[in-house]
Amino acid sequence: MILTQQLILGLLVGGLYGLAAAGLSLTFGVLRVLNVAHGELLMLGGYGAFWLFTLWRVDPFVSLLAIGPAMFVLGLLLYWALFQFVVKAHEEVRIKNSLLIGFGLTLVLHNLAIRLWTADERAVTTAYAGAVARIGALAIPLVRLTSLVLAFAILAVLHLFLTRARWGRAIRATAEDWEAATLMGIPVGKTYLLAFALGTALAGIAGGLVSVSYSISPSIGLEWTLKALIVVVLAGLGSLFGCFAGGILLGLAEATSVVFLGGPYREVVGLVLFLVILVVRPQGLFGGRA
Amino acid sequence: MLEVENLEVSYGALAALHGVSLRVSPGEIVALVGPNGAGKSTLLKAIAGLMAARRGTIRWENKRLDTQPPERIVECGVALVPEGRRLFARMTVRENLELGAFTQRAQKERREQMDRVYTIFPRLREREQQPAGLLSGGEQQMLALGRALMGLPRLLLLDEPSLGLAPRVVESIFSILGELHRDGMSLLIVEQSVHAVLALAQRAYILEGGKIVGEGDGQSLLKDDHVRAAYLGPLARGGSA
Repeated sequence: MILTQQLILGLLVGGLYGLAAAGLSLTFGVLRVLNVAHGELLMLGGYGAFWLFTLWRVDPFVSLLAIGPAMFVLGLLLYWALFQFVVKAHEEVRIKNSLLIGFGLTLVLHNLAIRLWTADERAVTTAYAGAVARIGALAIPLVRLTSLVLAFAILAVLHLFLTRARWGRAIRATAEDWEAATLMGIPVGKTYLLAFALGTALAGIAGGLVSVSYSISPSIGLEWTLKALIVVVLAGLGSLFGCFAGGILLGLAEATSVVFLGGPYREVVGLVLFLVILVVRPQGLFGGRA
Repeated sequence: MLEVENLEVSYGALAALHGVSLRVSPGEIVALVGPNGAGKSTLLKAIAGLMAARRGTIRWENKRLDTQPPERIVECGVALVPEGRRLFARMTVRENLELGAFTQRAQKERREQMDRVYTIFPRLREREQQPAGLLSGGEQQMLALGRALMGLPRLLLLDEPSLGLAPRVVESIFSILGELHRDGMSLLIVEQSVHAVLALAQRAYILEGGKIVGEGDGQSLLKDDHVRAAYLGPLARGGSA
């Protein structure tokens, strides 16, 4: 019974892991840039939802409609100010330079958040925050369930965009072979910009969902970057639904470890999975050729 | 008309082309032959905008290409079918063709053009929903060619279209190139199977060590002693051109 309950909670948080990872996977897959400030961008989205709720009583699920576009614009600015210089380099150099820039951005955003909003933990506590659906002795928190469904729906919409839309296909083509993409007449600089902004928007939306079901503080960034990175390695590049499944797998694995090994091992199990996958199946569970 | 004048291209400090000049007239098939490392691919890449010219000019229909990014060059009607085909292997045949029509100009006509490409290559229509990576070598070359045609080019640059293909497939690819030529397309073809390409081309250039060392019509180069010795090998010596 305890295991089932934990697995339900693991499943629910796993959807958010998946959403956070999808944004990282998109920027990494398309730009070959590892944005280690991804968790900080998620944190910003979380504060967006928190302040919209605290100052103007905007429902956190509604505020995603503002957070998504706002973070998209922030993504455009960050690409323009920082990452466009990184993608001009060769691929090996790109990763290194993006790590440096990403860590710098991490420090700036983290400290800015402490300065502006203090280091306190915050959460959006709506009137319906405690609502649960009961199945026998099991409790399913409805807010978290809604978040899971929303996370899936957002990835489904993004999937449609990437497979059906002209610019969506251009993004996938750039991810596979940017040079061949330019030969199609695709302005690769623009697909990079678009992919980065979309990744940032995904991080922001994930943050908004985190602030409703869990809590946020200026220091959550690293933890979420790590989770997203583990899921990307777990799932492999190139599939949004792979990310979603990978996120849920990580959530379930953590839940299992909490039951059998105790709470402190929760963070360890993800890192162990990370190492095992890297050794056994480096292209990831759902990834194609490396 | 494509006019390349005194083109110099280098990889870092290493010069790959030393002052290359060549022309492709409207509706002409021109072959570019030469040993490995002569700079043939580099020349095509420079025309397509993938490599920067250090000196010299590239003009197409009186517009400078060497100052433009590759995506603008595609818009001007110049398409490169790159060496190794460079398909989007994880995307379907149809998606590859759709991507070929990415430019504004090609978007408007992409339905009609896709029908035309499917008429030229019926196999591609059969494989429409398959990932490009699962096609056979010959089908992949057809797709690479079809994808380039989706961009409505007036000049096709082909880098080793016969590479790794069975002779029968090469023959059918070359006969399609001949048809495109009859429809008014200009072609510049880099090719290792020198015999086949010289038979097809009206004119040819020989590139060695980054320089043009010979030029002539295809038939006379086939009979040229230097060309025969260097590129056609002992088998060709006995055969007729």
